[in-house]
Amino acid sequence: MRFAIRIDVTHVPGVLDPQGATVERALPALGYTNVGAVSIAKTIRLQLDADSEAAALAQVDEMCHKLLANPVIERYTVSFEELVA
Amino acid sequence: MTVTVGVVLFPGTNCELDVQWAVEQLGGEAVLLWHGDASVRGVDAVVVPGGFAHGDYLRTGAIARFSPVMDAVAAFAAAGGPVVGICNGFQVITEAGLLPGALQKNAGLTFVCDTAELRVETTRTALTNLATVGDVLRIPINHFEGNYVCDAETLAALRADDRIVVRYVDNPNGSLDDIAGICNEAGNVVGLMPHPERASDLLLGSDDGVVLLRSLLAAADEQARTRA
Repeated sequence: MRFAIRIDVTHVPGVLDPQGATVERALPALGYTNVGAVSIAKTIRLQLDADSEAAALAQVDEMCHKLLANPVIERYTVSFEELVA
Repeated sequence: MTVTVGVVLFPGTNCELDVQWAVEQLGGEAVLLWHGDASVRGVDAVVVPGGFAHGDYLRTGAIARFSPVMDAVAAFAAAGGPVVGICNGFQVITEAGLLPGALQKNAGLTFVCDTAELRVETTRTALTNLATVGDVLRIPINHFEGNYVCDAETLAALRADDRIVVRYVDNPNGSLDDIAGICNEAGNVVGLMPHPERASDLLLGSDDGVVLLRSLLAAADEQARTRA
């Protein structure tokens, strides 16, 4: 079975986010003074073949640990998306 | 005896020739180790130099750690061989798990290019064995992700085990506990953000990096004798 997967990689709270901080400073300059807590994260989309949803999740978890996220400074969440051929 | 230092070259590395030049000025031999070759070719020490290995895609050092040469470097380090990661090389060896923690973006959210004062905190390492604790060295820094971070437990271990090698006198990047460089438990693997090779001749504005590079050559010599 083929699965479409979305992985969101975000910063561990407290880790610096220069892009988010810069955008947060830029928005009030446009008059949006009611905006705060801006953060910018990474989205990784991929498709993989696996026997089951659980097997797909286990593999994605392993790939996140080995490469896609650094647990010292990043967290990730995994979700399934609709497979578009 | 002449010792040989292997300098790892990834696509995007840009400090390999500086390191090679500095090592040769000090009487060592330096050979470049291509990242795709799974061997350190019998060298007596390894330097992972600065640059932007594999374009720093995904995270700094994240892709480089999977280059075939890194398995050979890890095996060399595990056998006690001296390994020093400078700047991007520090990022690569933390991603590779040779040292704990990670390097995050600078606290000022800007790239820093400056000369930093470093205080030597321990001399039990491959990079500081000829220095003196308390020495203050002027060494260039040149990075965006130099802000060292680790969990409280790791920091406590680094302090307790005398593994903080050099600290910034005036912290330029928000680095935890002013850390500029750390080592592994045995002291043979060292990572630091500042560039000793850029302070290896007075013409460059400082030769304070010489004591560090001589220490590395001394560790390489020790390694060569142990193996012989």
